[in-house]
Amino acid sequence: MSEFLRVVLLVVRKDLRVESRSRELLFTTVFFAVSCVLVFSFGFVRAGRAVEGAAAGILWIAVAFSGTLALGRAFERERHHDALRGLLLAPVARPAIYVGKLAGLLLLLAVVEAVVTVLVAFLFEAPLFRHPVRLFALLSLGTLGFAGVGTLFSAMLVRVRSRAVLLPVLLYPVTIPVLIMGVGGTAALIDPEPDLAMARLWISLLFFFDAVFLTLALWTFEPIMTE
Amino acid sequence: MTPMSRRLFPVLAGLSLFFFVTAPLLIVRAPYESTMGLVQKIFYFHFPAWMAMFLAVCVLGVSSAQYLFRRRPAADRVAVAAAELAAVFGLMGLITGPLWGIKAWGVWWQWDARLTMAVVLELILVAYLLLRQYGGAGSERLAAGLGIFAMANVPFLYVSTEIWRTVHPRVSVVPTLPVDFGLPLWWSVAGFIALCLALLSVRARLEAQRAMLDRLYLAAEED
Repeated sequence: MSEFLRVVLLVVRKDLRVESRSRELLFTTVFFAVSCVLVFSFGFVRAGRAVEGAAAGILWIAVAFSGTLALGRAFERERHHDALRGLLLAPVARPAIYVGKLAGLLLLLAVVEAVVTVLVAFLFEAPLFRHPVRLFALLSLGTLGFAGVGTLFSAMLVRVRSRAVLLPVLLYPVTIPVLIMGVGGTAALIDPEPDLAMARLWISLLFFFDAVFLTLALWTFEPIMTE
Repeated sequence: MTPMSRRLFPVLAGLSLFFFVTAPLLIVRAPYESTMGLVQKIFYFHFPAWMAMFLAVCVLGVSSAQYLFRRRPAADRVAVAAAELAAVFGLMGLITGPLWGIKAWGVWWQWDARLTMAVVLELILVAYLLLRQYGGAGSERLAAGLGIFAMANVPFLYVSTEIWRTVHPRVSVVPTLPVDFGLPLWWSVAGFIALCLALLSVRARLEAQRAMLDRLYLAAEED
């Protein structure tokens, strides 16, 4: 187990080091997420006031869109000099590589979400920080499910021809349940009369979804990535 | 494909033809449902289409897993066939559902748990077919992974009416149907399942023959 963790940390450290040299992923993804929220705020503002009830959806759509961008780019990077093959040739457990890549993406998306949440709360006058722990649980579980499936798919798509198009085509249908649960839970939290029981139901459903789909991803990563 | 499936196809096709020809006789004789009247007859089409879809998705999931873990090319060919059939039968269910819904519920569509999950599963199947079509070489293994994800949705879809209160009737309605309704229903289900299996066998054989043709071309080029 400690060997597994060591490999995970090595992969995370590698990704962080590559990222710290250019900061390309961080800056482009955060900027994309911000412009995404701004586009929505132009679309959903009437006569200077934000449309009611749109904040939860906009938050999650911004997370999903910028998450897709980050997923595609994070693995595009592994194509240079056949880096992914080098990674897969390493005599370590393949699932550890998967978890390492996933952890790196989660760190990046955490930064993105911190920015987006503040921006949505500000632009749409949404009381997102009224129940910070529950919102944190929703966002982290939702991102884990989304990025968990996404890491598997984009890792495999590295070898496929039209990967830029196919990643969202494959990822969104599978992760629609995550979006539904995330939006449902967030909407229950920011409602003028917050429905905490409902929010807890959505959080536990997200947990269940994550458990099923991460198990599937860990189980299939090795055979999918073997040539 | 083995000669076994070559013999299987006429049998299955004949069976489904028999069920499809005789099913209307039974459906006409079935009594009118007290509140919905004639519209309820669409049930004999709607439910069997979903049953055939479930069967096809399960075949897709199992053969995808076989391809992924056992590396059997034949399983991959069955998976393609099953995915196409699941998408077609799912589309049938998605079309007949609103046709029934507008009369029974007064709305074409409602985003409740059952209907949403049905759309999600259909979207995954379409995504699978797009991946197979445009992914090119190397996409088979990812497609197999996606096939397993598609099958993982089936239990959620099945229990969705039991967990949430939805407008859609519960699963438990079907086993408690009176014989007058039940017999034509299961008769139609048998017809759809036989049709599904017949198409599955012939579609998988087409894939097998394509693969063989590719091999022969390669062999001819080497000479």
